[in-house]
Amino acid sequence: MILLTRKAEFSASHYYWNDAWPEEENRRVFGKCANKNGHGHNYTLEVTVVGDVDTTSGFVVDLKQLKDIIEREVVSVYDHRHLNKEVPEFATAIPTTENIAIAVWRRLEGKVPGAKLFRVRVYEMPDLFADYYGEP
Amino acid sequence: MRAYFSRRYRISASHRLHTDAFSAEENRLVYGKCNNPHGHGHNYVIEVTLGGQVAPETGMVCNLVDLDACVRREVIERFDHTNLNFDPLFQERVPTTENLCIEVFGLLQAAFHKAEVVRVRIEETSNNSFEYPAGAHR
Repeated sequence: MILLTRKAEFSASHYYWNDAWPEEENRRVFGKCANKNGHGHNYTLEVTVVGDVDTTSGFVVDLKQLKDIIEREVVSVYDHRHLNKEVPEFATAIPTTENIAIAVWRRLEGKVPGAKLFRVRVYEMPDLFADYYGEP
Repeated sequence: MRAYFSRRYRISASHRLHTDAFSAEENRLVYGKCNNPHGHGHNYVIEVTLGGQVAPETGMVCNLVDLDACVRREVIERFDHTNLNFDPLFQERVPTTENLCIEVFGLLQAAFHKAEVVRVRIEETSNNSFEYPAGAHR
């Protein structure tokens, strides 16, 4: 078994807000992330797949194919968008780094032929990242 | 859903690798230039990983403000700009980065209760890094 990781980048804006809470509670919990006009990040996405090495090709997965799948399923939807306002899954979930990792997993699961998703890692900044392994 | 949240912090500290259990020659042989008598320093990067259920109302494993405060109090204020050999934790143990990893994990596990501390990974230089617990891939 080999793990293989492909990186991608996207730039997007977001803010944190829970409609069920009064404004003061949103400000207390989310701080400046609750500024309603949003703010942005350069996100780095790392998608790790796991599988056996094909004896003929020597690949776990065709990297070009993986790159195209990530581009089609995630980057083309998230890049240069406002996550809260323009990406459907964040109409009901706050676009935190954790929730973005989970959403990316859902977008990619079952779409990569010949390999299984192992981990989705999303860096919001170089010093802050979330991992999701498909656990309930 | 269970997810993992990691944050990186920086400290600068000095240390000297030396044990009284070895002779002077053995110390020199085992630790090389890390045994130089007056020590040396590193810019350490400490990566702390928390695991837990993502709370639907916040979208978070835990609020990073709480983690930052805990790491600042327990780790940064304790070790930053210090000589690790003088810390009580390293009176019986050599302040290798392996041991620093274990001690930082222990300090945070004892002090932080808002999510599970699952891993501490320390980069001593950009070429050397250490993780505890070993094998905690998540």
